[in-house]
Amino acid sequence: MSRSNSPARPGIWAIRGPMGRRAYWILAATGLLFPMLVWWGLAGSGWVEKVFLPSPASVWDRTLMWLQEDNLGGDAAISIYRVTAGWALSAVIAMPLGLMIGTFRPVQALLEPLTDFVRYMPAVAFIPLVMLWVGIDEGSKVSIIFIGTFFQMVLMVAEDVRRVPAAQIEAAQTMGATRGEVVRLVILPSAKPALLDTMRVTMGWAWTYLVVAELVAANSGLGYAILKAQRFLQTDKIFAGIILIGLIGLVTDQMFRLWHRKAFPWMHLK
Amino acid sequence: MTHPTPRIRIRGLGKVFDGSPPVTALQGIDLDVAGNEFVTLVGASGCGKSTLLRIIGGLEYHTGGVLEANGRPVRGPGADRAMVFQHYSLYPWLKVMDNIRFSRSLAVNRRELTSVDVERASGRADALLRLVGLSAAAGAYPNQLSGGMQQRVAIARALMPRPEILLMDEPFGALDAQTREVMHDLILHVFRLEKATIVFVTHDVEEAIYLGQRVVLLAPRPGRIDTIYPVPFAGPRHQDLKHTPEFLEMKREIVARIKETSGMKTDTDLLDRMSGESPAPGQT
Repeated sequence: MSRSNSPARPGIWAIRGPMGRRAYWILAATGLLFPMLVWWGLAGSGWVEKVFLPSPASVWDRTLMWLQEDNLGGDAAISIYRVTAGWALSAVIAMPLGLMIGTFRPVQALLEPLTDFVRYMPAVAFIPLVMLWVGIDEGSKVSIIFIGTFFQMVLMVAEDVRRVPAAQIEAAQTMGATRGEVVRLVILPSAKPALLDTMRVTMGWAWTYLVVAELVAANSGLGYAILKAQRFLQTDKIFAGIILIGLIGLVTDQMFRLWHRKAFPWMHLK
Repeated sequence: MTHPTPRIRIRGLGKVFDGSPPVTALQGIDLDVAGNEFVTLVGASGCGKSTLLRIIGGLEYHTGGVLEANGRPVRGPGADRAMVFQHYSLYPWLKVMDNIRFSRSLAVNRRELTSVDVERASGRADALLRLVGLSAAAGAYPNQLSGGMQQRVAIARALMPRPEILLMDEPFGALDAQTREVMHDLILHVFRLEKATIVFVTHDVEEAIYLGQRVVLLAPRPGRIDTIYPVPFAGPRHQDLKHTPEFLEMKREIVARIKETSGMKTDTDLLDRMSGESPAPGQT
């Protein structure tokens, strides 16, 4: 039975139907806890061998051990550094380039087809070239993450810039704005919220390239630890590494969302 | 109705859009708009009325003929020809007051700026805000305002740098009928106070007659001026005017002419035939 007084209130299964906060959080918690329960039950049942599926408890123990004896903090720090460096480097170049592509047609014609082409090349396949060109120190890991992130980022930035409503640009022009002023005072501030979202999404992609980047002659980092654990069949450590990367990603994502709400209060008004 | 020194002077203006085949949007447009005149452009869709307005604004270029605004050939947009759009033109990241003051941040308005100028400008922003009746909303963001209020902000913002010419591209097209009536009286008020020259594009004939001193009817394919109707109602206008026989007769005439130029009559005949009710001879 519906708890609502109004008989016409659509149910939660109506297309884009309404749903209360409480129901939302119950479902969200279920979605998160259910897989954990299945994992816990499956690992505890003894049907699956430990080497294939370690129990949550052993993953937790391994994480603590990693933290206390094996420099988990150092692994996480170096990985965060690599991801952030590769992503930031790509943002620093992709922002102005995407802005130019989205604003000036000749730049678009010159660079967009090229970028479209390169972004389909697998970043992993660049590893030998990166080793040849950049070497095997930190630069190579950062480069792999850069290659994996940059080309998508340029295209997304260009698209964000293109989505600035023409009327906003034209209104400024009929108030006498110069080309530079239109870019600086209209296009950039108008695209900023979308750009921050693009930065958030691409940061997620940068993390997915971490393990690949740490294939290259690394001796530290979360991705390296996962690869090393594979060699010793330490499945619990692989689980721990994957979950840690997921958690770091989740926290970063939430930080970006918070930043978005603080930086663009006008977007979050109702 | 020619004026010795028109604000806008258009002679034999044409616009052909590139493409295969090229499309002639406008052909042989001759039009003078005098200083402090209110001209409205109407016509069936595809007649090029918006294109003509955008060409005057410098947002499109013409491919033939002569176009001068304020005695100078038009070569792109400029601060002397402000434009008000149907929607999405406000800057959502700026509060209402900062939207209105936007033009102050442009170099074109900063040349030889003294503190007196700055003071005068901020006084003007306040005055404009009062003029459009939004003093209470100065600190609000545009997306907190209704569509009608947003258009008031857009009008105030366009007026801020005192443009000689105000170009309006169906500015009230997205508003409901009641809000529109309010906006009509507001824009007439603004017109009297600011002494601007206004060219106003609309698809609403009633709006065109109520606001305009002349109604310019464009015909489509290719876009050209069909008829120019001087609007005979003198003095300040009030909503009651819309119900007078003279007003209604003028509206009827212009609406009928728009239908003729667009060839919409043929469509009605076709519909009649399709529904099996062929009109009696002589009825059309």
